[in-house]
Amino acid sequence: MTHLDIELQRLKAETIKMWTLVNLQLNKGKISLLKLDKDLAREVILSERRVNAFELKLDRDCENIFALFNPVAVDLRFVLAVLKINNNLERTGDIVEGIAKFVLNVDHTFDKQVLELTRAVEMYLAANNMMETVLEAFDKEDTSLARTVFQQDELVDEINVNANKIVAEYIRSHPDNVEEALYLLSIIRKLERVGDQAKNMAEEIIFYIEAKVLKHRSKVEKSK
Amino acid sequence: MYKIESKNVDFFYGTSQALKNINIAIMQNTVTALIGPSGCGKSTYLRLFNRMNDLIGNTKLNGQILIDGDDIYTKGVNVDSLRKNVGMVFQKPNPFPKTIFENVAYGLRVNGVTDKKIIEERVETSIKQVVLWDEVKDKLKKSAFELSGGQQQRLCIARALAIQPSVILMDEPTSALDPISTSKVEELIYELKTKYTIVIVTHNMQQAGRVSDTTAFFYLGELVEYDNTKTIFTNPKIERTQNYITGRFG
Repeated sequence: MTHLDIELQRLKAETIKMWTLVNLQLNKGKISLLKLDKDLAREVILSERRVNAFELKLDRDCENIFALFNPVAVDLRFVLAVLKINNNLERTGDIVEGIAKFVLNVDHTFDKQVLELTRAVEMYLAANNMMETVLEAFDKEDTSLARTVFQQDELVDEINVNANKIVAEYIRSHPDNVEEALYLLSIIRKLERVGDQAKNMAEEIIFYIEAKVLKHRSKVEKSK
Repeated sequence: MYKIESKNVDFFYGTSQALKNINIAIMQNTVTALIGPSGCGKSTYLRLFNRMNDLIGNTKLNGQILIDGDDIYTKGVNVDSLRKNVGMVFQKPNPFPKTIFENVAYGLRVNGVTDKKIIEERVETSIKQVVLWDEVKDKLKKSAFELSGGQQQRLCIARALAIQPSVILMDEPTSALDPISTSKVEELIYELKTKYTIVIVTHNMQQAGRVSDTTAFFYLGELVEYDNTKTIFTNPKIERTQNYITGRFG
């Protein structure tokens, strides 16, 4: 293994550590939301600092590799992909922190009815699954696995699109629960963004391994 | 303690001052790259560490060069012992007109080693250290000139390693080599630093970035900046350094 190979392996290992942390945060966010566990929500908010620290470190590591090794071809694409994935992961961390902050502001668990109607839990599970899938795809360098995320994102988008109407209807029939309903709508929006982040990361993995740019292409084209 | 130190070093070729007040401290088991435009004094500085400049007439040194805390320019220093401890590899591979085996064994014999078994062991160890053994083990009695340029250069490094130095000086060791041989020598430098302290002059800034821990930028005989290589190539403190490494001059 060359010196550069060693550095690239280190970079990959650090990225996976950060990714694992963010996925854990996402999972804790879900549990804190469903059980209204404010302590867990506080834990998520506190742990966000670690995510930020990882972001700074990975940025620096990528900068050093560019400066010292002038990587080309697949190595260049890998470092470029990690730079972007780093950004995606940090944003996902921010989103989860936002969800945890909502949990701190809510007074009681969400009404089961509105959760079921909006399919919010299903959406959260889908977002979780997308993040796990893309991490596995990154670790195993499996572009077929990465591509499955585009289909999963359709479910997330569908739930998001339908949420407005469903929540509006719920508010009309449960005017005392307006605040709660609006929080839930915000959380759904955030989960839709998590889906987008996962999708972006899948695109970066495909770029790094296959040198294909999938940005701004249709979902059908991406799945091929 | 530092492995190599230069303190307030000035160096003159006759009346012409080639080095001005150089202060550098090099840690053990590191690779230090000396970079700078042609004529800046980096090779002159390198040659101070094994007193090769003594061979040039009418030169003068002020200041101190310390290796393991001892000033190597003090009266009474055994220059042969110094050059055994501080090996050198040059730009153009310069194997002796001897067999591959004898190229590496020669230094041992000249230093009084006569035991055949020890010589054979040290030759094999040295050639293995430079990752050349598999390529030459079946032709040790062949002339070194039959090897490719990259192999010859690795043989020259093995020759330097055989007499067990603690410091290796390299003056543009890959500038005459093809990219693959260059890559092999660079990987070798990365491996060797676990056991040796290496100082390398290079015109190739990307090489300096790839192989070195610290980098010293020279300009017109002065040390402009000396720092961790990462810092030099990501955020140098001196504008002149930045201009040089970005190719804006030199």
